Amino acid sequence: MPETGSPPPPGELAFLVHRQGDDVAVAVRETEPGEAAGALLDTGQRFSITVRTAIPLGHKVALADLAENQHVTEYGVAIGLARSDITAGELVHTHNLRSARWRSSL
Amino acid sequence: MAQQPLTGYRRPDGRVGIRNHVAIIPVDDLSNAVAESVARAIPGTLALPHPYGRLQFGADLDLFFRTMIGTGANPNVAAAVVIGIEPAWTERIASGIAETGKPVASFDIERHGDLQVLAAASRRAGQLLQDASEIARVPVERGELLMSIKCGESDTTSGLGANPATSQAVDRHIAAGGTVIFGETTELTGGEHLIAARCASDEVRKKFQAFYDDYVAMVEQTGANLLGSQPTQGNIRGGLSTIEEKALGNLEKTGVTPVVDALAPAERPVRAGLNFMDTSCAAAEFITVTAAAGAVIHLFPTGQGNVVGHPVEPVIKISANPVTVATMSEHIDVDVSGLLQLEYSLAEAGDRLEEVIDRTVTGRLTCAEVLGHREFALTRLHPSA
Repeated sequence: MPETGSPPPPGELAFLVHRQGDDVAVAVRETEPGEAAGALLDTGQRFSITVRTAIPLGHKVALADLAENQHVTEYGVAIGLARSDITAGELVHTHNLRSARWRSSL
Repeated sequence: MAQQPLTGYRRPDGRVGIRNHVAIIPVDDLSNAVAESVARAIPGTLALPHPYGRLQFGADLDLFFRTMIGTGANPNVAAAVVIGIEPAWTERIASGIAETGKPVASFDIERHGDLQVLAAASRRAGQLLQDASEIARVPVERGELLMSIKCGESDTTSGLGANPATSQAVDRHIAAGGTVIFGETTELTGGEHLIAARCASDEVRKKFQAFYDDYVAMVEQTGANLLGSQPTQGNIRGGLSTIEEKALGNLEKTGVTPVVDALAPAERPVRAGLNFMDTSCAAAEFITVTAAAGAVIHLFPTGQGNVVGHPVEPVIKISANPVTVATMSEHIDVDVSGLLQLEYSLAEAGDRLEEVIDRTVTGRLTCAEVLGHREFALTRLHPSA
């Protein structure tokens, strides 16, 4: 959980990033396509990301363009492989991300 | 926070409980009917029905006995009535529980019938309940309470909020000299190297790695697609995409202390601190084996709203999902959803959780206890003969 010296007002924040350098951020509220949404790194640094697809509460957005079969990181650790090319701002979930560990879970 | 002294029940073996149950324990599925009849005849006693106990063998039978004896021996149980279809396994469980020094009575059904057992066992259960009602709470130390942790129906809010809040309580409990059990073997996949790195010695690391490798080999041997099972459909609905992501969120609740031992399911910890236990990730199975290991209080972070409880070990639910705390408030003991918008610090969330832990220890009923959640689920290692 990121800590920051000057938290934004409740509701402003749309995404939290577990670790600086992660490929994805987690939505802490629903966001709509086209929205320039506020995000916060674990370092306390803030930035904005333009959302391309609707991201439900708790789902992930790509912070950078990701190539098919690329390892995708969260918590600073690989959480799986991209099933296809993913554009920054798109939803990242089971349709475009798969486990690199459960070999039969394709 | 004002520090009220914690109180609990000090059992004859020295261990400390936070509840004072008289348990009616069926040895096998055939004995559920009369065990539940005894609990109806003597309100205030607690029946523990389950579907197994016949023709089990080998390692699966060993775990069965460890679980049944451990549950009766749990410090939250003041006294036990054990009822089985035949005397041999009934006596084995009753004598195992009696090693704690607590009162145990046993009855077997063959050559007597349900009705004769019902009369005799109810009479004895009534006496044990009266005796238990005279056992007083005494001041206890935090470090004497054996705690277990497992999350369920997790989502990404678990890794962001409920699990880090739980970590606060875990680290504080261990700093007070306490012991905490975590497990969920397959749910470490993708983060198992992080646990291995936290093991306090090569001996512990080797034990942990053997448990992990064996469990995952068993899963992979099936060739099954686990998507929908691990992660569960609820996890996926909540935004978790892979086992690795689920595992990394899971680890967020384990605090920062070293892993001091790796235990078989239902094995009693002997080293203070954070203990790994080789377990299923199914909620009721997990809490059943940790209760059998002697855990008296369970912290259960949830995202989508798992409603599990346990008959003997109270379960405290923690959630950071604003939808879950709004729609399932009767299930959530600690709301930490404000963490998502940074409305308060993680340390403050830890304070909220600690306050609920202390009140639960001292007698406040959890949501799951009030709602009658008494899931008692035995883990099977292989089929019966």
